[in-house]
Amino acid sequence: MSFDKTIRRLALALILILAASPFIPQWALFMLTIVGGNGLVVLGLMLFLRAGLISFGQALFYCAGAYTTGLLALKFNLTEMTLLIVASGFAGGLIAYLLGFLVARYRGIFFGLLSLAFSMILYGLLAKTEALGSTDGFNVPAVTVFGWLPESDMTRSAVLGMAFVVILISTSFVNALLKGPRGLLLTAIRDNEIRTEYMGASAKRTIHLIYVIAGVTSGFGGAIAASAVGHIDPTMSFWTTSGELIFITILGGIGNVVAPFIGALVFGIIHTIAFSYSPNTWQMVIGLSLIFVMLVLPNGLWSLHEKFRKVKA
Amino acid sequence: MLDKLLIVLIDGINYSSWLFLAAVGLTLIYGVMKIVNVAHGSFYALGAYVAASVVGVWTANDFPPMLSYLALLIAAIVAGFTVGPIIERVLLRYQYEKDEIVILLMTYAVFLVMEDLLKLVWGVDPYFIIEPFAYLGNFEFAGMTYPNYYLLMAGLAVLVGTSLMLFLKKTHFGRLLVSVIHDREVSAAMGINVGKIFVLTFGAGCALAAIAGAFTAPTISVVPGIGVEVIVLSFAVVITGGLGSLPGVALAAIIMGLVRSFCVHFIPQFELFVIFSVMALVLAFRPRGLFSLAEARKI
Repeated sequence: MSFDKTIRRLALALILILAASPFIPQWALFMLTIVGGNGLVVLGLMLFLRAGLISFGQALFYCAGAYTTGLLALKFNLTEMTLLIVASGFAGGLIAYLLGFLVARYRGIFFGLLSLAFSMILYGLLAKTEALGSTDGFNVPAVTVFGWLPESDMTRSAVLGMAFVVILISTSFVNALLKGPRGLLLTAIRDNEIRTEYMGASAKRTIHLIYVIAGVTSGFGGAIAASAVGHIDPTMSFWTTSGELIFITILGGIGNVVAPFIGALVFGIIHTIAFSYSPNTWQMVIGLSLIFVMLVLPNGLWSLHEKFRKVKA
Repeated sequence: MLDKLLIVLIDGINYSSWLFLAAVGLTLIYGVMKIVNVAHGSFYALGAYVAASVVGVWTANDFPPMLSYLALLIAAIVAGFTVGPIIERVLLRYQYEKDEIVILLMTYAVFLVMEDLLKLVWGVDPYFIIEPFAYLGNFEFAGMTYPNYYLLMAGLAVLVGTSLMLFLKKTHFGRLLVSVIHDREVSAAMGINVGKIFVLTFGAGCALAAIAGAFTAPTISVVPGIGVEVIVLSFAVVITGGLGSLPGVALAAIIMGLVRSFCVHFIPQFELFVIFSVMALVLAFRPRGLFSLAEARKI
């Protein structure tokens, strides 16, 4: 299996960040881990947007992943992060597979709002379950990496390293998918679904497939967030979480598998700065940047890269 | 048992009236403009905050309490009809050629900005304006006491519903609106000023949200974030009823109001998500909602 340029460069960037991690302050390591988690969810949203779909409920799988990790760690003392991530991805994928039979039949606004309904159902369930701490959620025990419980000052780097491994695997997979016939079908479905179906391709099955893939990566993202934060609560499934994830999708653009992570990084920086300087108006800063991006860079930050390349050529 | 069902019924009707008022503006805007307005909840919150200020002034000056309801109505309409059209003119009208999703995201950005603007204008401390609620007193029915405010909400919902219906069916402007709902391009070709209709519709939709907020304000504490949940609830009602359908919103609001009230009294754990479960269930069997117009397939 040969890796293409994008993946090789991403791997290089991630290794460099990891190598530099002893010199990066703890809060920045934490932010990078959250960026990685968000980026994994947005990777799925990017697939949807390629097919012209937008989900206002992707937080469902993110939250499901986080709660899978939290519950396994708390109730079954399973703290091995590799297993937790795999289990969370599996949980996200399984829920997506089951819901996909219904959701994959819908397009446009109905797809978005049906997903929203399911994520709000999970929110309602968790918020009313006292055993899981209702709206307060609960603390997730510290995780181990390959059986090793990192010292407190190494935890952040260890979790970040795990996140990077998952990111590399997920992006390689999605990248291969997008370059293959299934991935090319997504754009065809967006442009004209009826014509695509006349060619013999099934739009429903393709969308079901990307729904499951997005469910798995979102489950990974939730597991990483849960391990990094050490606390989970039902707002992870609230619609505002999905809204932020959509913002990241638009910010990064859908041109490349790395775009979601660039979007998540820029969002993380905007969010951190806006939140520390004006806690009451950070939403406004996010909203204004969203308007700015949509007016100035309708194809997201990734389109800058392509512009530069054109100039050189 | 029968008593309890009666309580469920009355609570349900109250909640249905609220759902209808909160959601009707959203369906109007979608019907005419094909915009899913995420900022809808912010207009609801705007109405609630304006109401808090109006009632504050009203009680401070000892104005006649009976007229405060009229003042609430007028203040809400003015607030919605000022801010709504500004947003439409400044931001949204440049996006109509673009994808449905782009406009949805634009209104999402407007929601984020408005949430914080409301905080900047009215602060983060809660407002309590119980006066219009308390002034009306209570009524007794089958041995139970209910606030008369319930009747006001139900009356307001019926009033808004019927006047919208009559407006669309009987007035000249209403008929122009119906023609735009059916086909924007052909209407424009026939000489209808679609731009003007869009501004007025957006303003009207926002004013309706503000009315819902203004009349809910006396029953709740007005705090930042009250619009956040209203958006998703309105979405659920509107999409269950069939996007853009007025009778659909009414029917969906009644069904959801009664189901939720039943859950609150019998299975309170289900309260929070029962509305979305009803929505998912309806969409599973009627993919475009209860009352949906047939749409031509465009190849």
